[in-house]
Amino acid sequence: MRGPYDLVRARPEPGFEISVDGVGVPVIPGQTIGAAMHGAGIRSWRTTRFGGRPRGLFCGIGVCFDCLVTVNGVPSLRACLTEARPEDRVTTGAAGDTGDTGDTGDSGDTAEIGDPGDLGDDGGSDGGGAVSGP
Amino acid sequence: MTRIHDLAVVGAGPAGVAGALTAALAGLDVVLLDGAARPGGQYFRRPAEGFRAARPGALHHGLDGFTRRWDLLTERAEVLLRHRVWAVEHTGETVVLRCLEGDREERPRTVTARGLLIATGAYDRPLPFPGWDLPGVLTAGAAQALLKGDLVLAGREIVVAGTGPFLLPVAAGLADAGGRVVGVYEANGRFGLAAHPMLVAGRAGEALGYGARLARHRIPYRGRRAVVAAHGDTALTHVTVATLDAAWRPVSTTTVACDTLACSYGFVPQLDLPVQLGCATRRDHDGSAVVTVDASMRTSVPGVYAAGESTGVGGAVLAEVEGRLAGRSAVTDLGRSAASGPGRSAVVGLGRSTGRAAFPPASIGPADLVPVDPSGPVPPDRPDPAAGRPDPALTRRRDRLAAFARALQEAYPVRPGWQDWLRDDTLVCRCEEVPLSAVREAQAMGAADARSVKLLARPGMGWCQGRMCGYAVACLAGEDPAPARRPIAQPIRLGALASQTGPETAQADPEAARPGAEPFPTEPPVSPAGPDRPEPPRDRPHRKDER
Repeated sequence: MRGPYDLVRARPEPGFEISVDGVGVPVIPGQTIGAAMHGAGIRSWRTTRFGGRPRGLFCGIGVCFDCLVTVNGVPSLRACLTEARPEDRVTTGAAGDTGDTGDTGDSGDTAEIGDPGDLGDDGGSDGGGAVSGP
Repeated sequence: MTRIHDLAVVGAGPAGVAGALTAALAGLDVVLLDGAARPGGQYFRRPAEGFRAARPGALHHGLDGFTRRWDLLTERAEVLLRHRVWAVEHTGETVVLRCLEGDREERPRTVTARGLLIATGAYDRPLPFPGWDLPGVLTAGAAQALLKGDLVLAGREIVVAGTGPFLLPVAAGLADAGGRVVGVYEANGRFGLAAHPMLVAGRAGEALGYGARLARHRIPYRGRRAVVAAHGDTALTHVTVATLDAAWRPVSTTTVACDTLACSYGFVPQLDLPVQLGCATRRDHDGSAVVTVDASMRTSVPGVYAAGESTGVGGAVLAEVEGRLAGRSAVTDLGRSAASGPGRSAVVGLGRSTGRAAFPPASIGPADLVPVDPSGPVPPDRPDPAAGRPDPALTRRRDRLAAFARALQEAYPVRPGWQDWLRDDTLVCRCEEVPLSAVREAQAMGAADARSVKLLARPGMGWCQGRMCGYAVACLAGEDPAPARRPIAQPIRLGALASQTGPETAQADPEAARPGAEPFPTEPPVSPAGPDRPEPPRDRPHRKDER
């Protein structure tokens, strides 16, 4: 069956894997973490604070904040905007667990998010608040 | 010493690139910023380089022309991709853009220019319905972005629903890429193609093209129908499709199995930056707040221009024309003093224009659908002396395209019966998980407008700051959506915020502190506490961030 690759005659570079809660997810260089997860059949990767509802991609372009993930210990990144890098370790969970200790950024009319030093979650498996990447 | 550009352009979509290129070809010192890793905005979103796509244009009309303009621009202007602008301030004679560089490193950066072109585009305008927060329910824009940018099919069995011509390319693109599109449900009347508004404006080719593609894939395209509920435990398994009356109230329903739903009920122009600057806004025909511009794309704030969807949703071709007009205005307004600098006098000295070749001719015709570049590349460093003068043909073309956009908006309105799709427990606000019942309770307590509803029931106070639910909440409150006032246009970590709004910043911008020097109101320093910030409700758990 024809797929997106055929449509644009893609000859992808060799891909790599990222780890999503310990499970390998294939990535073509340049893909976002959200697209790689969605493409791998992972449709939801966090639950909401009050109702525990599953959430994944919704707007796909960085507006809705449904797709938040923790990457290498950095919490509250929009999976749909964050380009995957080799060695990335993505951890998912409840919005209240993605690295924020209550500071989920819904303070009135602003959208600031928790300070990167304000970690202390179970997702920071690499430890520390340093932004990492190859 | 801070470098001061002539013109900063925010947005690397069709409008921003056209405006930046027009100004750069005329000799202005232009800087263009965009938060994405690749140019194109939403419409000309292209696959990551890692795919090595030989035919990326298979997903778009007119990508080749855009790419040529982009390549020309990169030779003549400073291009800053992966730069998200979170605030803009006027400091008297300059505009200061505060950015974060990188998609996760978020290095703060400040860009200063004498003029600003806002070309920030729009995002999907969803309507709530039961189950709209189930995984598998996406905006149509999300399905497009996954396909165009990441070559990921949004699902295996896909329903496309909503209203407006955007449904057609979304469905056709998904089907061309191998997705099984189970049905396309247009909530407004079903148009025989002969009555399709596209034909009215002479766009037979485009409308028939999509119709033929849908037919080839055997995709049913049904009018007066909408998805009024989505079902599934942890992910979407099926949807309820209702036949609608003229007001969009459900008349009868059927069930359609699918794993993905792509919804589109119009677009919301992105107005955070113009609102921060105090640019006047107006109500467009689709109910959206848009930036008020004159025929030359000047906003109400001197030195600030807007083009593309932020001035009214009208598509990529109109956006490009508006970008060119805005670029010409910037040359007119900023070029004279730019000419006083070294090398700038050439702006007025040359004879025949060569730069125009970067754009298609300003006539109405097939080029409206597929922008083409009829000539080869423009010789470098050859400014376009005509760019600062009015171009009646371009203005006429904008008028024609804008009239067409208005006709489309009027042909595909959102009708109030969608409110009947909601149940008491249907979430109106996804972020704060506010059900319809809470909105109604707030209204029963006396909240007579959207702002009061927001203060009492918290819709629009979560992560997305009302970007997803703002339209619905305004409709439920019985008013048109107002332009949202967001002092911070992009999420920013507190450390970066502190580093960019501290005393060092004030010293770097002495103009900002000069009393009485500003010809227009200067925004107060960006603060995490917006002016609109409501008190937290008493009956909800007190959160740490509500200090």
